[in-house]
Amino acid sequence: MLALCRRDILLAVRSGGGFGLALAFFLILVMFVPFGVGPDRAVLARIAPGILWIGALLACLLSLDRVFQLDAEDGTLEALATSPIPLTGLVSAKAAAHWITTGLPLTLASAPLGYLLGLPAEGYIWLVTSLAVGTVSLSFIGTFGAAITVGIKRGGLLLSLLVLPLYIPTLILGAQVVTRAVSGQNPVASLALLGGLTLLTLALIPIAAAMALRANLR
Amino acid sequence: MSLWEYANPVKFMALSGRILPFATVLSAALLLTGLIWGFFFTADDFKQGSTVKIIFLHVPAALMAINIWLMMLVASLVWLVRRHHVSALAARAAAPIGITMTLIALFTGAIWGKPMWGTYWAWDPRLTSFMILFVFYLGYLALWQAVEDDDTAADLTSILCMVGSVFALLSRYAVNLWNQGLHQGATLTATKESPIDGSYYYPLLVCIVGFITLFVTLVLLRTRMHIRLRRSRAVLAREASR
Amino acid sequence: MMTVTDLDCLRGQRCVLKGVSFSLDAGDCLILRGPNGAGKTTLLRTLAGLSPSPEGRLSAPPEAIVYTGHLDAVKPQLSVRENLAFWQGIYQNAPKDTLTRFDLDELAERPAATLSAGQKRRLGLARLHVSGRMIWLLDEPTTALDADHVARFTAILTDHCSSGGIAIISTHLDLDLPRAQTLNVADFAAPTGNGSTTSDDPFLQGSY
Repeated sequence: MLALCRRDILLAVRSGGGFGLALAFFLILVMFVPFGVGPDRAVLARIAPGILWIGALLACLLSLDRVFQLDAEDGTLEALATSPIPLTGLVSAKAAAHWITTGLPLTLASAPLGYLLGLPAEGYIWLVTSLAVGTVSLSFIGTFGAAITVGIKRGGLLLSLLVLPLYIPTLILGAQVVTRAVSGQNPVASLALLGGLTLLTLALIPIAAAMALRANLR
Repeated sequence: MSLWEYANPVKFMALSGRILPFATVLSAALLLTGLIWGFFFTADDFKQGSTVKIIFLHVPAALMAINIWLMMLVASLVWLVRRHHVSALAARAAAPIGITMTLIALFTGAIWGKPMWGTYWAWDPRLTSFMILFVFYLGYLALWQAVEDDDTAADLTSILCMVGSVFALLSRYAVNLWNQGLHQGATLTATKESPIDGSYYYPLLVCIVGFITLFVTLVLLRTRMHIRLRRSRAVLAREASR
Repeated sequence: MMTVTDLDCLRGQRCVLKGVSFSLDAGDCLILRGPNGAGKTTLLRTLAGLSPSPEGRLSAPPEAIVYTGHLDAVKPQLSVRENLAFWQGIYQNAPKDTLTRFDLDELAERPAATLSAGQKRRLGLARLHVSGRMIWLLDEPTTALDADHVARFTAILTDHCSSGGIAIISTHLDLDLPRAQTLNVADFAAPTGNGSTTSDDPFLQGSY
């Protein structure tokens, strides 16, 4: 499983679409917000938590359709399905690699982007923490969507339609952590709920995604 | 003789064919009675005036929107565990009815909301939950459309329905944390004393039962359609392979 | 060592093979014959556990089986050595002579994207050796291989069988495997329902 995770990260780096693409998308999205709503610092600071969370979430979507598609096209997925790695392990390794190549860089990039949007100082630690916890669940849920749509040609759009509704609880709780922190409330409870949600996806999603892969491999 | 025998398409077609006329007549009768009783033979509310009468569409539609998803979940589980084709097709048949009910609930709610709250739409937890439910239905239907192989489509949509149910439930509670709402609490509860007056209660009950029988009628009709579609595809495939 | 009893094989929802039965001992090699569409790939995929089988029994545990399909499972962005190292990590098994056996020594550092179809095929087949598993399921393994490498691969197969392994191969080529048994897949073709009243497909039963 470690070998699979390592190879996926290597492939993401080699094909150039890994770290860079999601980050660039995130940056552009955040840059667009002042264009859309005006450069007023007070307004930007107010909507910054939500914008940063939505931006990270959308950037996460970008590379999802490649999680299984490339492996399915060149036969690697079949070979892996008959290998010693159980399908749940395969899904977890893939999701972990996706998180390391997108979720983690997005989390790290969120702090400087938060500064651009004038996020109040007390928000940074909570922004980074909530994204670090929340993007894990985004990657796992996204991997489930990728497992469902792996057999569908040009399934990218469908993938977004399936995955985005599943992102709702994560987005609500994640953005709430930051919002509460900058408005002087205690964000710990929201963060705990977000953590619980992530643990739930870690437990549930690999099983469901493995079932979907099994159905698609037939 | 067990219930599972009706999971066989032949048995199901025979049984549903016998039930369908009764279900059609019953649902038409109940809906007409309930709606006419509700709209024309109940007094206007002293505060809400006649707008309150939209309750006879709004409440049953909202109830059905959620319960149809539950029915799809049960049918999906039956398909995954016992692999009865009729079960998967029944889930597929129910989804468009469910999404229509969700839309009816949203629209009648909007019409009711304007005079009551002064707005067609508010980001209230209940309203938002229904919008979320609507998106879940959309994804489910889109997946059925996109997958070519029938059994694979049944598998994938069932898995999506399962996972979707968990996340829809989580969304429901997350939305509650996110915003306190305008919407009143549940009108009908089994345990507490009902906050609704008797003169509204009975026509509302008739309407709800009417919506349920309407759903049964439609879902039988649509399941029969899907079974026939599957059969014609199977026949075509057999002819082609000869 | 490997017994298959009354196995039914599905392609999509259609049953293409019915009641497939054979039995192989350690060291046996089985060649699947049959025209296109007879169900050779379907049988191999069913044996590999990729396609479900509604009926029948397979005695070999899945941990003993390795399958190669029409695709090579080679990543173009990785070098030949990296591709092999990946599968070594997956199977937790790193035999030393894989590169030599499959004549890949000189290509080791080349990115797989620059390989020819035949070279890619050899790299794909090298996974069999890396897996260290006893039962090889091979679907048209010699596609794109030149005569020299077909002979080389046949030698590898003979070697594998003589060390107690089993190979089931679907091929149109006459491989030089004197001890090999042959199974004509067409013998097990499922009846297409011509005139028969009972059909496997529940949607073809009865009338309505």
